[in-house]
Amino acid sequence: MSTVAPDQALEVVGLSKSFEVPGTEHFWQRRRRLHAVEDVSFTLRPGTITALVGESGSGKTTVARLIARLYEPTAGQILFEGRAEPRHVNREANLRYRRQVQMIFQDPFDSLNPVKTVAHLVGRPLRIHKIVPRDQERERVHQLLETVGLVPPDVIAAKYPHELSGGQRQRVAIARALAVEPRVILADEPTSMLDVSIRIGVLNLMIRLKEEHNLAFLFVTHDLASARYVADELLVMYAGQIVERGPTEEVLADPLHPYTRLLLSAAPDPNAGLHARTLAARTPQDLAVGQEAACRFVGRCPLAIEICSTTPPVLAEAGRDRMARCHVTAPGGTV
Amino acid sequence: MSSVLEGSDFRERPVGTHETLLELDELVVEYETAGDPVRAVDHVNLTISAGETVGLAGESGCGKSTAGNAIMGILRSPARLAGGRILFRGEDITGLDTEEQRRYRWRNVSMVFQSAMNALNPVMRVGDQFADMMAAHERINKKEAVERAGDLLEKVGIDRRRVRSYPHQLSGGMRQRTVIAMALALSPELVIMDEPTTALDVVVQREILEEIQELQKELGFAVLFITHDLSLLVEFADRIAIMYAGEIVEAAPARTLFDKPQHPYTVGLMHSFPPLTGPMTRLIGIPGSPPDLARPPAGCRFHPRCSFCVPEKAHLYARQTTERPVLREVGPGHSVACHLVEEGGP
Repeated sequence: MSTVAPDQALEVVGLSKSFEVPGTEHFWQRRRRLHAVEDVSFTLRPGTITALVGESGSGKTTVARLIARLYEPTAGQILFEGRAEPRHVNREANLRYRRQVQMIFQDPFDSLNPVKTVAHLVGRPLRIHKIVPRDQERERVHQLLETVGLVPPDVIAAKYPHELSGGQRQRVAIARALAVEPRVILADEPTSMLDVSIRIGVLNLMIRLKEEHNLAFLFVTHDLASARYVADELLVMYAGQIVERGPTEEVLADPLHPYTRLLLSAAPDPNAGLHARTLAARTPQDLAVGQEAACRFVGRCPLAIEICSTTPPVLAEAGRDRMARCHVTAPGGTV
Repeated sequence: MSSVLEGSDFRERPVGTHETLLELDELVVEYETAGDPVRAVDHVNLTISAGETVGLAGESGCGKSTAGNAIMGILRSPARLAGGRILFRGEDITGLDTEEQRRYRWRNVSMVFQSAMNALNPVMRVGDQFADMMAAHERINKKEAVERAGDLLEKVGIDRRRVRSYPHQLSGGMRQRTVIAMALALSPELVIMDEPTTALDVVVQREILEEIQELQKELGFAVLFITHDLSLLVEFADRIAIMYAGEIVEAAPARTLFDKPQHPYTVGLMHSFPPLTGPMTRLIGIPGSPPDLARPPAGCRFHPRCSFCVPEKAHLYARQTTERPVLREVGPGHSVACHLVEEGGP
């Protein structure tokens, strides 16, 4: 195992997860295995926001949940500061891990207990993880609320979640995650339930926290524009696999994988001109899922060549810091 | 009542003319509460011409969906129409009796809701749901109805055999397409789309929006597109109205609104979307949150969040905090309700 590297907070290697699902059409059909996440590897670095983008069902949320240890991986490893985390853990090890890796959920209406005050919600992790002595809890809660821009903290602390707006609730969730002074924050679509005028504030908060607290963020989103705004690194997921990765600006300026191109062409962008664009690919009526011998994107791909239906491509180097999983645009992987 | 609402086959109607189809005249909708009624839609004026796409944008709770429900005639207690008129081809639909309203809905104006799963009956085959809806409006036998349902599904890009499917057997995008097909079934002149693609992935969203545009060209219906996503409207709407706290604060042709937004709220919204292309600057969004409509701020409802509302400019400040601004024309088809704009801008 590698030594503790200061430039990595968390690494996942070959992470896979499959779920058993019932047969599609009829109850008597055999249960089949759905590969939600397959062989995903990446590193989260301190002071860096890594965006994981993809459409619903691409497995991006499953990756975040695997790292949060809400699911057991089917295969693969999670390395925290270079050490492999054991697969099956006891409560103590779990507490230790969760003190370092915190998760923020999509829906701040669901993730906060409605019958507890903000002071209780943010103070609870302080008590569970014994972060500060009891008599300093109040003060620390107020500090945390100020950190996430909830002022005046004594007024906010006395409120219940229903008395707060969506944006304020999400900030409470962030304050709660920060309470244990984690190294890694997993943010699963933290802005998708918020009003547009509020979203940018939460994104700005993420940027500030990564800079001031040297946090490593995993930002799971379907929105490429938000990813571009906050993220240093971009991972694009399709059908359970990472299909492209690289520095955000570079990937978006010159996307290699046809799926990344499709996402870019579909995203609304007023700057790009009215009614001026066409989609880079289409959704076929019925997607062929689970064809092991083919590229998973072949049914939708405008660039597909013969090899795409016979050999699955691998994630291959495609220039400095760039990787893509495509026979056509990153042919290094076919050799 | 007159025959205006009986509906004719829209294929005979000219497309893209500027005849007024729908007009909201000082529309007021209130929600009854234990205390004072909450005004969700406050003296809203809006016109929609035949064949055009009008976007109604605003944040949750601004009253945009309530306005849509009022036009569709489906306001239910505790919401009630508290003033103003809704003119469809010049005729006030607020005065219609229940049976006339039932005929007006779906035949003249139909609606696509955000959540397609909730809009479809989970225990009925798709074709049967079409047949039910058609039978409620015209004399048609089941076989014909299901046949026509198949035609409609094909129009929105779904295999006609899917009339035999149950909703859960369709993907999210297909369900939303089905709901759109159903909204078009009786050839309405206006389709209200309330966040029709919000629950969908960007790729499916764009496909569906492009399909709606194609169908609009072919069939000539007008669309009222209700959404919080202004960036979509800039691409898909002809005109856009921005709603804040129950009022329309700015209305303009889509391009004008994008190029020269005037109301500080619209400007703030425009600066809330990170761009996908071009230079990246730090955005600020809009500080604060929308007001509680049970206790709206005095004067301009946006003033507590407005960066141009400062006590140092005493005269303007006094107006902003006490006097309700009204919509005034600032350019062709472009109107703004803002004291600052009225007094010559910042």
